[in-house]
Amino acid sequence: MKASPAPVTRRDFIRVSSLAGGGFVLSLALPRAGLAQAAGALDDTARVFTPSPFIKITPEGIITILAKNPETGQGVKTSLPMIVAEELDADFSTIVIEQAGLRDDVGAQFAGGSRSTPDNYLLLRRAGATARAMLIAAAAQTWNVRAGELTTENGRVIHAATGRSLSYGELATTAATLPIPDERDVKLKSESEFRVLGSRVGGVDNPAIVTGRAEFGMDVRLPGMLHAVYAKSPVFGGRLLRANLDHLRTLPGVRDVFPVEGGTEITGLLPGVAIVADSTWAAFAARAQLEAVWDESAAAGQDSPAYAARAAALARTRGTELRHDGDVDAAFTASAKVIEADYFYPFLNHATLEPQGCTAWTRDGGIEFWTTSQTPGPGRDLVAATFNLPKEKLKLNLIRAGGGFGRRLRNDSMVEAAAIALRVNAPVKLTWTREDDMRHCFFRPAGFHHLKGAVDAAGRLSAWHDHFVTFGYNSTATPAPSAGMSPDELPARFIPNYRLEQSLIATIVPTGPLRAPGSNGLAFVMQGFIDELAHAAGRDPVEFRLELLGEDRLVPPTGGRGVPYHTGRMKGVIRKAAAESGWGSALPRGEGRGIAFHFSHQGYVAMVAHVAVSPAGELTVKHVTAVADVGPIINLSGAENQMQGSVIDGLGMAWLQEITFAAGRTVQSNFHDYPLLRLPEAPAISVHFIQSDNPPTGLGEPGYPVVPPAICNAIFAACGKRIRSLPIAKNDLRWG
Amino acid sequence: MAAYPLLVNGTTHTVEATPDTPLLWVLRDTLNLTGTKYGCGRGLCGSCTVHLNGTPVRSCMLPVAAAAGAAITTIEGLAPDGLNALQHAWCEHDVPQCGYCQAGQIMTAAAFLRDHPAPTEAEIDAALAGNLCRCGTYVRIRAAVKDAAAAMQKEAAR
Ligand code: FES
Ligand code: FES
Repeated sequence: MKASPAPVTRRDFIRVSSLAGGGFVLSLALPRAGLAQAAGALDDTARVFTPSPFIKITPEGIITILAKNPETGQGVKTSLPMIVAEELDADFSTIVIEQAGLRDDVGAQFAGGSRSTPDNYLLLRRAGATARAMLIAAAAQTWNVRAGELTTENGRVIHAATGRSLSYGELATTAATLPIPDERDVKLKSESEFRVLGSRVGGVDNPAIVTGRAEFGMDVRLPGMLHAVYAKSPVFGGRLLRANLDHLRTLPGVRDVFPVEGGTEITGLLPGVAIVADSTWAAFAARAQLEAVWDESAAAGQDSPAYAARAAALARTRGTELRHDGDVDAAFTASAKVIEADYFYPFLNHATLEPQGCTAWTRDGGIEFWTTSQTPGPGRDLVAATFNLPKEKLKLNLIRAGGGFGRRLRNDSMVEAAAIALRVNAPVKLTWTREDDMRHCFFRPAGFHHLKGAVDAAGRLSAWHDHFVTFGYNSTATPAPSAGMSPDELPARFIPNYRLEQSLIATIVPTGPLRAPGSNGLAFVMQGFIDELAHAAGRDPVEFRLELLGEDRLVPPTGGRGVPYHTGRMKGVIRKAAAESGWGSALPRGEGRGIAFHFSHQGYVAMVAHVAVSPAGELTVKHVTAVADVGPIINLSGAENQMQGSVIDGLGMAWLQEITFAAGRTVQSNFHDYPLLRLPEAPAISVHFIQSDNPPTGLGEPGYPVVPPAICNAIFAACGKRIRSLPIAKNDLRWG
Repeated sequence: MAAYPLLVNGTTHTVEATPDTPLLWVLRDTLNLTGTKYGCGRGLCGSCTVHLNGTPVRSCMLPVAAAAGAAITTIEGLAPDGLNALQHAWCEHDVPQCGYCQAGQIMTAAAFLRDHPAPTEAEIDAALAGNLCRCGTYVRIRAAVKDAAAAMQKEAAR
């Protein structure tokens, strides 16, 4: 017989959510010693040349470059140091790359919005160029020649006139004595001089990864470390009422079981039960026996069928008008053809292959973390605010993450690890089970679009109405995180008559950014309905799109907020995608090509998908041609990998994935009911870049939104079935 | 708790564990062999793949009691003195993104190539269909397995 759950008393809680003098004041319990400076700090001795935090050159010739940002698989541990190495003029293959911890002297350290490249491009180039200038100055001083007579190559300064050369290592000690020049006086290379940037460089951690020696968040090991899980209410944010904690405490390997009161802020520390054990398995096994009663009063009406019914009801009303250009109703009356369609995309989970987790160790008056956060700075702020700890007492080591996709922009696992570590007198590793990770997420919000569009007698897109039904977090006034839509979204600004209305469904589901937030659902809708209108007009889908974009120009954002849209760059990638994919050439019956394009995160991307649909409705994606204009490419291999990954991810999402809710809980729990694409389903992919001299942007995101509409438009071309609701797997594709 | 003798990467260890403890957690938490990854704990993703007497198995589904006495190979022991042809091909093709799935991919591919030295693309696809990659490195995995097979054939012919 199982022990019946005992009620949880106030005394059982550690009151970690209380900022104002709660019962558990950590700072009193802890010694006041300071924490060491951030991990990964490059040591600075007189012999060693450290012109900035990014570069260290020893007299022995070892060049170390600091990788400043969190690595989640987007490749920045390789690509950002490449930028430094380029201007330093050093051989990248001989450079030691060191991962930075969170520190205060290297600029913002985060992985999100495809910002790592654009935010750091100039900063890191200047860091490299400054070091190079100082090494040249050191050589000039050594040889008593003018700096202008010297050149550099592969880690050496060369005096061509006399045939002399010195390695950077040989110059390090002299360079270390020189003043650091004003960065404005330092000349950067011209792009034609680049040797490192734009080349193919393998990930710096590859040898460690393929031998199992790379350390991911879940692999952190510390002396005497304990293992923890943290169980939360299956109904989002529910408080714990009762649980069989005493029973769990008797289980093998379990060290401690305690409830955490937590707060109500959904991105903060939520109520839960911490189970601390000798091993991950002991913690998991105990968690499986947890019998808890949670306050589920928020669950009423919170399920997917109710959301769909509400969206349908709202569609019959008028929403809040976010934009109205021209006279949409008059245009519908006057247009040659008017069509209506309802589009839907579901909630999604990021499903990083490494579940959420964090290791924390309370000692010396503070907490040290080993975190896979994409936003370590805000994570530190959250912990400091939650537990009333000074920021200086929090040290963060940034550990390679098994995938991010925006999930690790939120620091829930870090603040949970802190709550546990503050109670446990040992380092403790928190590991979420896959089920925890699937159920507790900041989900990509679902969206419903009720569309009406028209083409005029000349076959041009003439009017567009979208009633967007989305979600507000416990609100019908403000869209939930990542659930809003810009009134500049295509085709706004490109057609004379455009109206956007919005209605909100109140939800308790936590939402947040997932790879190309907003865009990842909207591109499916816009590019799908544009395709419908092209076909309604009897036009070629590529031509119809090029005409919509109009002449080459920079289209400013409405009201000056947002980013301008360069139609020429977009038309360039569309034309190239069409040309590379053989657009227009004949295909067998049951096969088709679909085109889509989208602008997000400063990246211009177009794709053509080539699919086959059997009469029995089986889908095969044969080929995807992807073309991107993201300015100059930093690491060609990494860039292609990101685009290939975006295609696979976008296809898996569009074809297979959907999160649903029932009675305030996530229905899906693991990869059997939330599938990822598998190798046999992966199409051949060709990736092309148009390398303009526009400022570079990241590639983690802009490709992903383009995939679903390219695939769905190809399905229509193949078999005449128009996909208006994702995932594709829910649609009947049988034909013939 | 009971004591189990485990032969891992050629070394015998005696580990204390409850009999139902999956081999995965004994490898990771007891033997510090963290190259074998947890992705799902339900036999659904392949991240935890190791060799048991040469056969790829999901270590998250294999109780330690059932692994006792067998020869276990993990990613750390696949090529003790450097990189084998597969690992080399993985680096050449710059396969990893986050890298979390890759140990499982390589372990599955290693056993497959041993039995199918000259595989077709369809055979490669089928062999690795159970190993999920969230980052979508599949096209590179395909190419790397193909190249590794060719390299191993060439090596065998010498
Ligand atoms: S962790 Fe074993 S199959 Fe996923
Ligand atoms: S490389 Fe990230 S899961 Fe495969």
